[in-house]
Amino acid sequence: MDLLSNLGLGFATAASPENLLFCLIGVILGTLIGVLPGIGATATIAMLLPITFQLEPVSSLIMLAGIYYGAQYGGSTTAILINMPGESSSAVTAIDGYQMARQGKAGTALAVAALGSFFAGTVATLLVAIFAPPLTIIALKFGAAEYFSLMLLGLVSAIALAHGSILKALAMVVLGLLLGVVGTDIYTGTPRFTFGVTAYADGLNFVALAVGVFGIAEILRNLEGDQDRTVLGTKLGALWPSRSDLKAMFAPMVRGTALGSALGILPGGGAVLAAFASYTVEKRLSNTPEQFGKGAIAGVAGPESANNAGAQTSFIPLLTLGIPANPVMALMVGAMIIQGIVPGPNVATDQPALFWGIIASMWIGNLMLIVLNLPLIGLWVKLLKVPYHVLFPVIMAFCSIGVYSVNSNVYDLYAVAGFGLLGYVLLKLRCEPAPLLLGFVLGPLLEENLRRAMILGRGDPIVFVTRPISATLLVLTALVLVVVLMPSVNKKRAEVFSESD
Amino acid sequence: MALSVKLAAVAAAAVFASNSAFAEGYPDRSITMVVPFSAGGPTDTVGRLIAEKMSADLGQQIIVENVGGAGGTLGAGQVAGAEADGYTILLHHIGMATSATLYRNLAYKPLEAFEYVGLVTEVPMTLVARKDFEPTDLAGLITYVKENAETITMANAGIGAASHLCGMLFMQAVDAPIVTVPYKGTGPAMTELLGGQIDIMCDQTTNTAEQIKGGTIKAYAVTSSARLDIFPDLPTVAEGGLPGMEVSIWHGIYAPKGTPAEATDRLATALQNALADPDIAAKFAELGTKPSPAADATPAALKAKLESEIARWQPVIEKAGVYAD
Repeated sequence: MDLLSNLGLGFATAASPENLLFCLIGVILGTLIGVLPGIGATATIAMLLPITFQLEPVSSLIMLAGIYYGAQYGGSTTAILINMPGESSSAVTAIDGYQMARQGKAGTALAVAALGSFFAGTVATLLVAIFAPPLTIIALKFGAAEYFSLMLLGLVSAIALAHGSILKALAMVVLGLLLGVVGTDIYTGTPRFTFGVTAYADGLNFVALAVGVFGIAEILRNLEGDQDRTVLGTKLGALWPSRSDLKAMFAPMVRGTALGSALGILPGGGAVLAAFASYTVEKRLSNTPEQFGKGAIAGVAGPESANNAGAQTSFIPLLTLGIPANPVMALMVGAMIIQGIVPGPNVATDQPALFWGIIASMWIGNLMLIVLNLPLIGLWVKLLKVPYHVLFPVIMAFCSIGVYSVNSNVYDLYAVAGFGLLGYVLLKLRCEPAPLLLGFVLGPLLEENLRRAMILGRGDPIVFVTRPISATLLVLTALVLVVVLMPSVNKKRAEVFSESD
Repeated sequence: MALSVKLAAVAAAAVFASNSAFAEGYPDRSITMVVPFSAGGPTDTVGRLIAEKMSADLGQQIIVENVGGAGGTLGAGQVAGAEADGYTILLHHIGMATSATLYRNLAYKPLEAFEYVGLVTEVPMTLVARKDFEPTDLAGLITYVKENAETITMANAGIGAASHLCGMLFMQAVDAPIVTVPYKGTGPAMTELLGGQIDIMCDQTTNTAEQIKGGTIKAYAVTSSARLDIFPDLPTVAEGGLPGMEVSIWHGIYAPKGTPAEATDRLATALQNALADPDIAAKFAELGTKPSPAADATPAALKAKLESEIARWQPVIEKAGVYAD
């Protein structure tokens, strides 16, 4: 078996004491920076790049990869504890995770997130090992038309995310789309809605938007009350998931992993889309959809598994084609080049120890993360006992540092302040920020691919239905629309709505 | 961090031993090198490689700071407005010259806002196509493009990107209106080329070399004046019949206007020493390029290059009628 001997080589490489150490350093660093609000994997890897000069190529890449998936774990911690998603993909986790935390089930939510991530990480690593080349072929079949149809499906599904009125959810998606339009139009070079500020020429910063509408808005709301209290007035409750909790998370975890593995391969919004899609699917399949948005375990387990699976499979285009799927992968390319390895289609055959070593280290890293994180849950939860007047300035300080460190751009901080206010107003109006974020992330991709497909199709929209993958996705979109608009579903939604009011 | 501090200390000792003539004491603290593009990209890689070697020579750490956005004009603008004390420098590529025309209301004047340190490297470009594209050589491509201009698509990585500049030259050279398809960066453009969604592209060797070696895309020519060591069989554009298409993505180091000559000269010496290091040559070779010769790594050579390139690109961009503002 080729696969077995390859995996054997990989584990032999990854399990050398030195590489184990760097893997550990990577996942610890990743967890730490993920836990600090606003500071994401991109900024950290950028800051640590020079250090990797002195390391062996395999060790440095193992460490950087560790930071990446470690940050995914850590990012969900802040999303759950203080409603502050550090990465776009953990925005979904914040919806139900934070509600669980407010009900005193922070420990359960964190454990569910960690277990879901580990399961997804294990499965996705196996997928990368076995199916990397064929999966690449599928990713290459995705042209502009396919991406457009996929984004459309994602946006239509976003409406189901909301647990309030459809109209408000729609309004939030549209607002997100509009915010996504800010920046230079890549087809004509025209700046749009930048008000002459060149710092916004490349668009608004996602981290600034997420930290503002989720985190700052939540801080403002908390400050309305008594300032001496802790974040959560309630008791902390059990740290570990009960037997029934475990049962409730199993199916969402498996489905989330499948979705995440599939969508993670696609460059661009893959992992984010996976988390949102998983949430939509779980809510649709649930017997108790009214629980979603109020602390449903499935609403944490599904998206968390999906985003971790997506994070692993986003290595596939990098390893098999040498093409980065997201900014973190672009940094990995930089790290490889500095080490004298130019990523490309030949890495697997030219550098088998490196290729399989990284794959094996992903699984080892995930194992380390769960061993590391489960005992830490008690510690994280205790953080919530810190009086709020101490906690919130610290959160604000880390947010500011984190957001600034992404681009060294002071306008991003102004954006945080502005979006914080917007988020507070939206909170008062009972509008949810999650659909807004999805619109913001997917909007530019939707527009870009629509226009590109039209250019490639010489202005004929028939390309969207003559290409089989695109056509299938459009049919799915239509189905979702029908389901959302079906009278029985509408009635159900209305009940949910009146309950939540 | 501790390791790099130690390295810097060792290097500092070495510099003092060998170069006691340098009495001004510059540099006595770390230097910030602004790279006006995001971390991990080809320009950032060039910047980090050269910064590491120059640090060893200067005895002070050069810290790379990525200030991306607006085609590199944000980072360049920041350095233009920085204190001219020699502790803030800029690594920029050909975009310094093209931005003078592409951006009609730039906050700084590229020719007036900077002092010069020297050229770092000139990265050649390659004209490539999806692997099942019909033409087999450059002559065949030119004929094919002229006959089928309406059905051919050419990718680039956005307005002002290297691939866009090279694409403009190609279209003006063959005089055919090909449909151009912009992408956000070279990565997505390359993915679509690999997937056969688009036909041709012209991009830096840094991005294309491994794909060409792997046989996943087809190469027609290099845009340098001589053939490349890594592709001895690949003709130059001039050999293939397009002499006007020679283009390279040249990188230079700048300092804010008014930076003392002692500082820029010291930096130029460090740059020349770094470029002479065989390790840099080896790393640059991986990127499909080579270090600029010592004669080009001087303030005068970079100034001359910038002036001639602004003059060269102005008519090309104006004829194409595309602006990035």
